[in-house]
Amino acid sequence: MTVSEPILRIENLSVALPEGLDRKHAVHDVSLEVHRKQIVCVVGESGSGKSVTAAAVMRLLPEKVLRITGGAIHLEGEDIAAASPARLCELRGNRIAMIFQEPLTALNPVMRVGEQIAEVLRIHRPQMDHRQIEARVVELMADVQLPDPDRLARAYPHQLSGGQRQRVMIAMALALEPALIIADEPTTALDVTTQAQILRLLRELLTKHDSGVLMITHDFGVVADIADHVVVMQQGEVVERGTPDKVLAAPEHPYTRALIEAVPRFRYRPEPERREAAVLAVEGLSLTYRSTSFLGAKRETRALDTVSFSLAPGETLGVVGESGSGKTSLAKTLLRFETPDSGRILFQGQDIAGLAGSALLQMRRHIQMVFQDPYKSLNPRRRIGQSLIEGPVQHGLSVGEAVKRAEDLMELVGLRRDALDRFPHEFSGGQRQRICIARALAMEPSVIVADEAVSALDVSVQAQVLRLFEELQRRIGFAMIFVTHDLRVASNICDRIAVMQRGRIVEIGPAQRVFEAPEEAYTRELLAAVPGFARKVAAVA
Amino acid sequence: MSANGQAPSLARRGILIDALLTNRVALFSGALLLAIALSAVFAGLITGGDPFLIRPRLRLRPPGSEFWFGTDALGRDVFALVLHGGRISLLVGLFAALAGAAIGTVIGLLTGYLRWLDPVVMRVMDGIMAIPGILFAVALVSLVGPSLFTIVAAITFAEIPRVTRLVRAVVLSVREESYVRAAEGLGIPARLVLLRHILPSCIAPLIVQTTYMFAAAILSEAVLGFLGVGFPPDIPSWGNVLAEGRAVFQRAPWTIIAPGLFLAVTVMAVNLLGDGLRDRLDPRLSRAAKVSS
Repeated sequence: MTVSEPILRIENLSVALPEGLDRKHAVHDVSLEVHRKQIVCVVGESGSGKSVTAAAVMRLLPEKVLRITGGAIHLEGEDIAAASPARLCELRGNRIAMIFQEPLTALNPVMRVGEQIAEVLRIHRPQMDHRQIEARVVELMADVQLPDPDRLARAYPHQLSGGQRQRVMIAMALALEPALIIADEPTTALDVTTQAQILRLLRELLTKHDSGVLMITHDFGVVADIADHVVVMQQGEVVERGTPDKVLAAPEHPYTRALIEAVPRFRYRPEPERREAAVLAVEGLSLTYRSTSFLGAKRETRALDTVSFSLAPGETLGVVGESGSGKTSLAKTLLRFETPDSGRILFQGQDIAGLAGSALLQMRRHIQMVFQDPYKSLNPRRRIGQSLIEGPVQHGLSVGEAVKRAEDLMELVGLRRDALDRFPHEFSGGQRQRICIARALAMEPSVIVADEAVSALDVSVQAQVLRLFEELQRRIGFAMIFVTHDLRVASNICDRIAVMQRGRIVEIGPAQRVFEAPEEAYTRELLAAVPGFARKVAAVA
Repeated sequence: MSANGQAPSLARRGILIDALLTNRVALFSGALLLAIALSAVFAGLITGGDPFLIRPRLRLRPPGSEFWFGTDALGRDVFALVLHGGRISLLVGLFAALAGAAIGTVIGLLTGYLRWLDPVVMRVMDGIMAIPGILFAVALVSLVGPSLFTIVAAITFAEIPRVTRLVRAVVLSVREESYVRAAEGLGIPARLVLLRHILPSCIAPLIVQTTYMFAAAILSEAVLGFLGVGFPPDIPSWGNVLAEGRAVFQRAPWTIIAPGLFLAVTVMAVNLLGDGLRDRLDPRLSRAAKVSS
């Protein structure tokens, strides 16, 4: 094999979709190459065929549904599109390894992580004895910069943080020194700070090992930070390819341009004038999760620790922080899905922290929530109309009036009036999130709590939904608490920002001030971890 | 409109019909069951005569053109007895299955949703499960006396914990879905949240469980009849026809084979139907591949 021979060469790969869908091919005529010590990023929105391409290389496609109809996949010169199942078993792990998006579900929950890494070695390297394997596991775990590998090897997956789990996955992938590592959205489920660390780790490992990486991502920030070569896919076809500098700075295809345009970047709302009395005021709110183990040992987790802030009518307060910082607990407590231990939640002067029974049901209409996952937050068995009128009818509106209001709201959020007769599965993620917003607005609330409401959406859709939020707020005038892990998104839509860490608000202030002149070290840390792309493009433009 | 590749849920157009049409064994079992049910309903028309007519001269006749399944020790037509017996047996099965499903569902919904109720009710259910079902039924029927109500109640009682556990498990997983949270956030009272948003998810596993209970109840009734604590002899059921035939089994095996065959075929058909429905309705066992990008 010559030096210039790529590790992976995909030639004119086509994968057929079953009949009757909106297009014929999941992947059509895709060619790409991955060389040694190279990171190739395949970028695209959901439905672009990027994950199908990766699964085809692993030969992990559900073959009855998705058939490879043309093209070849050469791994180190060997055509694996035609390899036998036995040969595939040898190749997987040995020559190709995969890193998955969600490290918690990709690891076996009842097996110690060291064992899981050792298992790979035992299957593929039967000649290694017990001692050698143990030593190799520790070496690998040190390689991926896990602290105290001897001890962590005996931990179970749930005892590790998300970042540590992903490091274990990477250690497993590296165990056999594979030629090709396929990483499918490896950092999407992680916090920004952890994401930055994992990306740095992948880059460093490549200088030490001889592998090539095929990375699937939807995030141009990740591309800018790590890629040697970019392939942009749309609707199953490659629309643009090149070095990241070229593709990001001077995109040629309109789709690439649109995608890059949609990546959120820091942009601030004009400073609001002084406002009247707060619609919502939170004073010293604390929430503790208690659990008792089988032997009676009590465990307490402080989810919220004396949180205080106030929200003016029509204002948007962004709540940012890493996972586990208490952002979602705060949202849940404001909606009274959780009852706080202490502190007050004053809604228009009335303390709602201790409400129960019908008083609680009555109060709920004033504070509405938009959930993270639009695929799960609409009852799949009920028509959109049923979902939309349920709340208003419960609170005394007649069905006719509620339907009228629902129709108006559908138009307001940019959908057709007759969409009310349809079921949720007939809509895309972005459309569903619009419906969820309409459902919240149907209650004519004073406050909307949006918990990561755009995080599950593709960037272009994300931008649309953010614009919709802003426009609706201008027209209707509700106040909003916008919980997000994405500082760039927060900067676009929030007047003020509250930074949370371990259940406390460590910094709160006008968005521009917090992001451009942060006072706290933790805020600076968060800002430093934002994928570098936003700044880079700003510099070019 | 949708480009996300999700197959439309089959809940949209009659799940039962859909499930039946895609599984030939289930379809065949369903047809067989329908035939048995019809034969029981129209037993009078089919057999023409009185099933209790005692003809001492014609006792223990082997099966032939006059008496298809022969006659029993009292000279009664076994064919007529079996068809008429099917009425009671199927009725007991149906009532017990429906009652068990209904009561179990209500308890399951409540215990799954109201967490404070859960420990108490589930311990009670554990207690019921610890009592052998047949033993309890024998005790109840001997105390109160056999009637359709007591026998159905005795059989139903033992089935309730199973349904409760099943429904509770579904409720526990569905109550965490955001759409349930969303409904709560709209200020919808708990009973409507349960009815509109949680109960529909329980229907598919419930249908499957109900078919199994149907089969089990028919068997239980037969066992009670066989033990002599079932219906009195003037109400024929598969169980007591079997019991009466036991005495003359050596000389006239048809008195046992005919009702036994009906019993076995019915229970098998119901179980196969349940299996077929489960394959189709239970998402964990569903073979329908999902397309994802």
